[in-house]
Amino acid sequence: MLILTCPYCGVEADETELAAGGEAHLKRFGPGSSDEELHGYLFTRENPKGVHLERWRHASGCGKWFHAARCTATLEVFGTYKAQVSGPPQEIRDAISAKRPGWSWREFS
Amino acid sequence: MSKPVSALMGAAYDGIVRVEDCGLQGMITLRGDLASKPVIAAATGATGQDMPGQRRANVAGQSGLCWMSPDELLVLVPHGEVGDKLAAMTKALGDAHSLAVDVSDARAMFRVSGANAREVMAKLAPVDFAPGAFGPGDFRRSRLAQVAGAFWMEEDGSFCIICFRSVADYVFKLLKVAAQPGSAVGVF
Repeated sequence: MLILTCPYCGVEADETELAAGGEAHLKRFGPGSSDEELHGYLFTRENPKGVHLERWRHASGCGKWFHAARCTATLEVFGTYKAQVSGPPQEIRDAISAKRPGWSWREFS
Repeated sequence: MSKPVSALMGAAYDGIVRVEDCGLQGMITLRGDLASKPVIAAATGATGQDMPGQRRANVAGQSGLCWMSPDELLVLVPHGEVGDKLAAMTKALGDAHSLAVDVSDARAMFRVSGANAREVMAKLAPVDFAPGAFGPGDFRRSRLAQVAGAFWMEEDGSFCIICFRSVADYVFKLLKVAAQPGSAVGVF
């Protein structure tokens, strides 16, 4: 079972307390954007075997959204971080690099 | 004006623990910056309790403060005083960016007491209830089987549980099943 530490309330919450929120760090394209950009925003998703960044919500706990970095192949969790960022903070990147040297995910590495 | 009654009218059950409806309890949800002076003044002024730390509850009798999230407190006050306390809190908050709402009648409250209280709780919530991990004054928002619930431990080792009033009957039945005679696991 996946166990993530909520960065807001500090709880080691198991999967049954959490709600999955899909891919992290999506850039929104709304009115005025091109068809390709809107299509990409709506439908194009990463489906990696390995490092993945996701959004989660501590639904049965403090109710806050947060981010998690984990490996889809091994379920290893590299870390969780707060929602008010547009990319993974340096310590999360370092934690991933320590376990998966040379990783990349979208524009992050 | 109809007479206020608690969700299950004081229902109780005796198994490996005692499960009881706590009756009427005034509850005020307070949201805002928990480090800001107006919010602290409103919360402590209404209850006479200190601000709780992360995942802690400071409760004495029917007055207390529970840490719900980084920007939310649950303020417990006696049911009959909610109106006055809420007015005083609203005044103390002034124009600070915050929200205080009476949620007393949207909630139900239970008490689980007895030597096996940890066991009964551990059957229902995905929380570590080992004596070193969850002690008196600790507070958690979590789930009880399929519904949201919050609970804290009192000094005497009993648990107070808060859930939505609409699921009070479900939670009471859950607790009854978890407290059936002969169902002690003996893990703690």
